[in-house]
Amino acid sequence: MVEAAAARPASPARPGAALAQGFVTAYLSVIVLLPLAAVVWRAGDGGRRRLWEAISNDQALAALKLTLAASVAVAVINAVMGTVIAWILVRDRFRGQSVVNAVIDLPFALPTVVAGLTLLALYGPNGPVGVNVAYTRTAILLALLFVTLPFVIRAVQPVLLELDREMEEAAASLGAGSLTILRRIVLPNLVPAILSGVALAFARAIGEFGAVVLISGNLPFRTEVASVYIFGRIESGDPQAAAAISTVLLAISLAVLFGIGGLRRWATRYERA
Amino acid sequence: MTGRQKPAPNSGRGGRYVLRVAGLGYLALLLLAPLSLVFWRTFEHGLGPAWGAVSNPAARHAILITLVITAIAVPANTVFGVVCAIVVVRHRFRGKGIVNALVDLPLALSPVVVGLAFLLLYGQSGWFGSWLTEHGIQVVFALPGMVLVTIFVSLPFVVREVVPVLREIGTEQEQAASTLGASSWQTFRRITLPAIRWAVTYGVVLTTARALGEFGAVSVISGRIVGKTETMTLHVQERYQAFDYVGAYASAVVLALLALTTLVVLNVVRREEPRGDRAEPGHEAVR
Amino acid sequence: MAIALNQVTKRFGSFVAVDNVSLAVAGGSLTALLGPSGSGKSTLLRIIAGLEQPDAGEVAILGHDATRVPPQKRGVGFVFQHYAAFKHMTVFENVAFGLRVRKARQAHVRERVHELLELVQLSGFADRYPAQLSGGQRQRMALARALAPEPRVLLLDEPFGALDARVRKGLRAWLRRLHDEIPVTTVLVTHDQEEAMEVADRIALMNEGRIEQTGRPRDLYEHPASEFVMTFIGPVNRLDESYVRPHDLELHLEPNGTTREAMITRVLHLGFEVRVELVLDDGAAVSSQVTRDEAEALDLEDGQIVYVRPSRSTVFEGTRASADR
Repeated sequence: MVEAAAARPASPARPGAALAQGFVTAYLSVIVLLPLAAVVWRAGDGGRRRLWEAISNDQALAALKLTLAASVAVAVINAVMGTVIAWILVRDRFRGQSVVNAVIDLPFALPTVVAGLTLLALYGPNGPVGVNVAYTRTAILLALLFVTLPFVIRAVQPVLLELDREMEEAAASLGAGSLTILRRIVLPNLVPAILSGVALAFARAIGEFGAVVLISGNLPFRTEVASVYIFGRIESGDPQAAAAISTVLLAISLAVLFGIGGLRRWATRYERA
Repeated sequence: MTGRQKPAPNSGRGGRYVLRVAGLGYLALLLLAPLSLVFWRTFEHGLGPAWGAVSNPAARHAILITLVITAIAVPANTVFGVVCAIVVVRHRFRGKGIVNALVDLPLALSPVVVGLAFLLLYGQSGWFGSWLTEHGIQVVFALPGMVLVTIFVSLPFVVREVVPVLREIGTEQEQAASTLGASSWQTFRRITLPAIRWAVTYGVVLTTARALGEFGAVSVISGRIVGKTETMTLHVQERYQAFDYVGAYASAVVLALLALTTLVVLNVVRREEPRGDRAEPGHEAVR
Repeated sequence: MAIALNQVTKRFGSFVAVDNVSLAVAGGSLTALLGPSGSGKSTLLRIIAGLEQPDAGEVAILGHDATRVPPQKRGVGFVFQHYAAFKHMTVFENVAFGLRVRKARQAHVRERVHELLELVQLSGFADRYPAQLSGGQRQRMALARALAPEPRVLLLDEPFGALDARVRKGLRAWLRRLHDEIPVTTVLVTHDQEEAMEVADRIALMNEGRIEQTGRPRDLYEHPASEFVMTFIGPVNRLDESYVRPHDLELHLEPNGTTREAMITRVLHLGFEVRVELVLDDGAAVSSQVTRDEAEALDLEDGQIVYVRPSRSTVFEGTRASADR
């Protein structure tokens, strides 16, 4: 009933409505649609063969493989650590908890290049603890973990908060121990949220540039991620190749987002009466 | 929001400590330690060198450029954000799905690709390249291009914050206002706007943080001309690659302080907002 | 005694939820913990289940001290007001949960689950999810789930509170029949005195963390131990210092030495019962309950002046009750 009321349309004959819609359409077209179209078009400009060459050459493939592998690894680590951190923020109680909760948003607020710099300061050649992972793949992992930190945490927190504690009490009264309760009651109900967070983290990771560019050294075939490769192609005056790889990245992003969206819908099929 | 709950009955004592140590340790090693070190390194030789690093002409110009870009991008996206949210929630038209997809697109796109896109449009050999050259308008490697890409990457935040709030409050108050004789503009100004003000504020803060922190896209489109088309983020990279670590750290600290301010403001606004599901502060702020 | 509570106290901060409560529940009985919100009845139930730990006192189940025993090991079945259904599991898996945790054999699980689903009349719903069931069905599922591992004690926390009135009445009667068939020691928490009166063998009426009275329903009604009990159970009129049940307030058309004057404000015909609302000479509002025939014989109308007299009234001094005619 409320839904219908909310959806009741403003009369389209009102001039204000048409103006607003026109503004939105124009803004989005100029700012988003047109640039996107330019990239996709440029990728194919020059024929299918050039497109294929741009995508399938060794360096490009190496960059894509590294990017995907690193992003998957980061997604998995986030799924675990993100859930752990969400847990201790919701179910545990310790001094400074609200400060920790606020700090989680730091990767959202901090410029990526600064993030990369801070990691380099601690874990790079002049780091105080003698650990030096600069110009290695570990550095890429570190940088990606930094920028993707909040996604799973923020996705899981509200679900954990809303979780019906009585379900856990019911399980206890039926004889289940804490580990069983965690395994059979809590985690299954967190899975959809974890999947959402993982999808966002993955999409973010495959496109990351600023955090990676300083710390990874960008060595082709070793520590060059896709975004850096694209940057290189632009600087070398080969925008067509850049556009081609960009389109591939975009396609992967969208595929993953849709795929996980579908997975999520399957995992929550019990919710639809 | 730290909603807290009673610890689960019979949750193993030991288990709880393990989780706490693992979680907090992870955060310390990944976030806190590196950031603290940069602050330390910046000021370990005193305030003088640090101050010098951010008050030299190149740095000052970078700050200026950053502020100008932000001062254009944020209001533009705020106005767009509010209008778009109203259109999406309150109007009926076909293609709403496309609008939603386009609004979310900046979150899924690598910033380098964004820079490339605008280069392909407004660069010399781009779609509008020749027209622009004919009229003597410089978009790429200049401020206009940088503003455009920053608008792109920071576009979604106000929309995404306002849409759910608009949905939640429903149309009843607005309908009541119109039965009492208010025109659409009056209704908007006196009923709708006050209802969404915290959502808008939250969105504006996220938009600003994102605009300040933009790196990849401006890197591509600006040409990174020192003293002319450098933002603060580009300046950090430039200083680092010139082995001026103090300079790089000092600029980084300025940006970090802005980020921490953002965090504080976000937290304050979060508490003002009655929304219960305020745990994800939008998905992206900076690249 | 199936359940024995001895001097149980529970505090939440400075608020005393349960205040030195002792209670014995006989095996096979259906006992209601009745009381207004905040009286401590749910807390007491959760203490019996082991979901809360008392600050003082002991809990014994079937003769064994269970005070420090975790809920997993107490052998109690618990049914929640809002069902607490495992929403990500099918109805079958919900009911099977207690058995699976005990590592029962698959064949036995299947048999027992279907047996119980039939008992609660949910036979065709085994593969549905809780989201696809109505409130009443969910609660029946919750009951089946609690009964599956053959608990020694069944605890129900306002089980019908979240359901609408008609479903509530139906399930109430159904629960009573179920208990007659499977006489597990049952404790039911409710704030609805009608429910307690209808369903329970014994009622323990609680107020502000203490038990005011325990006894059979009719004992609480006819011999209330305190003002609180009398006013909580059944409708009651206050006439100066005494309490009078509406059906004990006689109506006469003529005064005699013992009557008081009153004016009828409304005559409500509620089927067989006719409720007559009156105002006394001092402005106090009272009501009388008469049968349809009596009302007809008296020919009552709004605005009419009649004369009332209690045929039975109760006075409380402190906690003592005395009845006089």
